[in-house]
Amino acid sequence: MLEISTKKQEGIYHIIITGEVDASSSIELDKQISMALDKGENKLLINCTGLSYISSAGLGVFMSYVEPMEAEDLKMVIYGLSPKVYNTFEILGLHQVLTIKQTEEEAKGYLNEV
Amino acid sequence: MKFRYKASCRKNNLRHIRDFVSTSLSNWQMSETDVYNLVTAIDEVCANLIIHGNDCNTKQVFEVYISKKEKDLIRVDIVDPSCIFDINGYKMPDLNDLIKKRSKGGMGLMLVKRLIDKIELESDDFGNRCVLYKKLSLS
Repeated sequence: MLEISTKKQEGIYHIIITGEVDASSSIELDKQISMALDKGENKLLINCTGLSYISSAGLGVFMSYVEPMEAEDLKMVIYGLSPKVYNTFEILGLHQVLTIKQTEEEAKGYLNEV
Repeated sequence: MKFRYKASCRKNNLRHIRDFVSTSLSNWQMSETDVYNLVTAIDEVCANLIIHGNDCNTKQVFEVYISKKEKDLIRVDIVDPSCIFDINGYKMPDLNDLIKKRSKGGMGLMLVKRLIDKIELESDDFGNRCVLYKKLSLS
């Protein structure tokens, strides 16, 4: 099961993912990121501390935003990945193209860099 | 010991398949990483079969069998009576190309190939069989 909640704090848009993102549920993750960008949010903080599983469909959602975010000078950072979940990013080389931090503080620090 | 699960081609069944795989593998001594990697690989093959092989046709069913062949070798058979994708013949896309195209797909079978040690494709009276072999990291 997947649960996604959102909140905005100090100019940062938080997307909090809990549960499993697979081929069935990845559309919900895509919808939430897309909605944030449509609203004009330019700093996205993806909280994955509750993410227990991600398949390639979920990874593909993140991957599909790399190019548009770079093109429009928007920032997205993922944090709180468990070692097992991080390993999946690493196997595909996505840890090199996505911004991934360990803690919320590090992630916020990245978003607030000038 | 061999475990079997039968499912229809519905995306919502993927989580039930993952539960089945985790539960089955818990019968053998395996590292958490090996379990997670096998769950991931099987999930990807099944997702491919459901979405691309059978177009999410819920009337189509397939079966997953899990067995331990040796002390450190897991065999997984995914049997689909209608079709099977030639994973071995699949050319892995370039990650940078996928990013440029803003693609959301194209990484599932790449993941399977990197997580699984050997993949065989067989056809018999029961259908088309995709066989995954995973060597366990524990001795």
